[in-house]
Amino acid sequence: MADEPTVLEKPDRAVIAPGYTFGSVTDQISAVVLTKHQPVFWIAAFGIGFCLLQLLLMSAVLLFWKGVGVWGLRTPVMWGFAITNFVWWIGIGHAGTLISAILLLLNQSWRNSINRFAEAMTLFAVACAGLFPVLHMGRPWLAYWLFPYPNSMNVEPNFRSPLVWDVFAVSTYATVSLLFWYVGMMPDLGTLRDRAKHLIPKYIYGVMAMGWRGSARHWSVYETSTLLLAGMATPLVLSVHTVVSFDFTVAIVPGWHSTFFPPYFVAGAIYSGFAMVLALAIPLRAAYGLQGLITDRHLENAAKVMLATGLIVAYAYIMETFMAWYSGNPFEQQAFWNRMTGPYSGQYWFLVFCNIVSPQVLWFKRFRTTPVLLFISSIIVLIGMWLERYMIIVSSLAQDYVPSSWSLFHATRWDWATYWGTIGLFMFLFFLFVRLLPMISIFEVRTLLPQAKVTEEVRR
Amino acid sequence: MSSPAVYGVMAEFDNPTSLVNAARAAREKGFRKLDAYTPFPIEELHEVLHLHKNKLPLIVLIGGILGGLTGYLLQYYVTVIYFPINIGGRPLHSWPSYIIITFELTILFGCISAVLGMMALNGLPMPYHPVFNVPRFSAASRDRFFLCIEATDPLFDLEKTSGFLETLEPTEVSEVAH
Repeated sequence: MADEPTVLEKPDRAVIAPGYTFGSVTDQISAVVLTKHQPVFWIAAFGIGFCLLQLLLMSAVLLFWKGVGVWGLRTPVMWGFAITNFVWWIGIGHAGTLISAILLLLNQSWRNSINRFAEAMTLFAVACAGLFPVLHMGRPWLAYWLFPYPNSMNVEPNFRSPLVWDVFAVSTYATVSLLFWYVGMMPDLGTLRDRAKHLIPKYIYGVMAMGWRGSARHWSVYETSTLLLAGMATPLVLSVHTVVSFDFTVAIVPGWHSTFFPPYFVAGAIYSGFAMVLALAIPLRAAYGLQGLITDRHLENAAKVMLATGLIVAYAYIMETFMAWYSGNPFEQQAFWNRMTGPYSGQYWFLVFCNIVSPQVLWFKRFRTTPVLLFISSIIVLIGMWLERYMIIVSSLAQDYVPSSWSLFHATRWDWATYWGTIGLFMFLFFLFVRLLPMISIFEVRTLLPQAKVTEEVRR
Repeated sequence: MSSPAVYGVMAEFDNPTSLVNAARAAREKGFRKLDAYTPFPIEELHEVLHLHKNKLPLIVLIGGILGGLTGYLLQYYVTVIYFPINIGGRPLHSWPSYIIITFELTILFGCISAVLGMMALNGLPMPYHPVFNVPRFSAASRDRFFLCIEATDPLFDLEKTSGFLETLEPTEVSEVAH
């Protein structure tokens, strides 16, 4: 009796609304895909995404035609918007992997209904992120020079540079996210194959499901594989933003050269990522009537993660400033003084408001359970996290050691066009995904149902 | 003995508990060539069908080690042998700066081998499988649970095995054509 732990049956705080059956879960999620009709919301969101995507194409063509000078890149601020956007997008991706991998390992069953679209978000955010360093190269058609391969120039990438580490980290992250997402989707593609009425979708989903038939032998290997993938994706996701932060910390620019950037960046990444998860989940569940599957509990949990990571970020800001003062390094002190009182002070204090002050409302339960307010809060956090990266990159580069070489950064309209263009690319890809693939993991939601439990062990 | 005309016999259940009980009964009866088909993974079924061990962790371990070696040796070869650059007399074999790419390639190769290994062990992609000939089988990806005793089992006999499955209170028993 002593070594038998008592399991207290916690009242399951609505991870899934009562009254669902295996059939109704399947029908509700697959009906989003297997229909000819779309809600106005989808048409509007996809339309906006498509228009902004054209803006991206236009600005990319102009960039290739004229060169990176069409952006506001002038010495000494040569990183500007491109790298700000890169870091912002890749950070947003991190929440998807956190939900799909880390929460799987921690056995958090509430993740089951939000992991699929969060992983899709990761994939598309990484795609947007990956565009920026390539566009920023000036000669993007030579992007393959970043990889080591036998070549007639007899040169190789510098493996001692964080920028090359970044290439490996981000391309590994993109590949692993794609694999994890696809493997997670195979059983659901089988469901769609079996439920599609018309021959062409049946055929396409059939090819993508690879002949999945739900065999117990397959499930056993499959579960091992998802656990192993989650186990490997967990250190990977933490390493990716760490490596991104090395791009800054390894440099000696004041404001960049500090050892606590890795955890600070990872926390910020998850912070902005959960904000994006909320910004996507809240309109999606309203438009498709999925409140029974993505419940208020999910929103509340995501808001709590946002609050926790927001506090870590707030701590990082305070420590960053304290260490700048405490280091006694006049250049560090000057860099932070410039941030707070210099030409970028407006942005700095606005980011403090967005990232530190505004999320404090999440302490209140009423706020966490009101989707509209939560949506607004997550948009504010997304803006704040973008400003944070802008601040780190631009204000440090604009005013470093020698005042005679100081110069401010002014974004051009093409900076903005490219940035909004990638938001368009993200929306375009994301809503295409919502239209064509199951946005909630059907088989994992089935396991949440009470009738999925094997009740009696009676032998016949 | 088994007739080659059928792939096996399949019983359909409408809840996971009946399926697990049926699978246990079939194991106890001596059947070994049997498989269950379910819309989601059922932990108890793995126990009943003795499916707890598979080779995937070993495959992933080998893949990960290969990835790590590839990453490290690639960087060693490039920075020490193929393209050595003397920067202020610093050592060419600068292992601390190799760690990140070694780590990333370990994860990359490990993940790729997890996915390819899973597909290989499961025999996927498989464009055709006899179980799909059962008209009701499409419900296996929705809300029904199936147990199939295959004709290759030494104890298999079309009449008797069907009769045995009927005793397990399924909603339906059907033959699986090849």
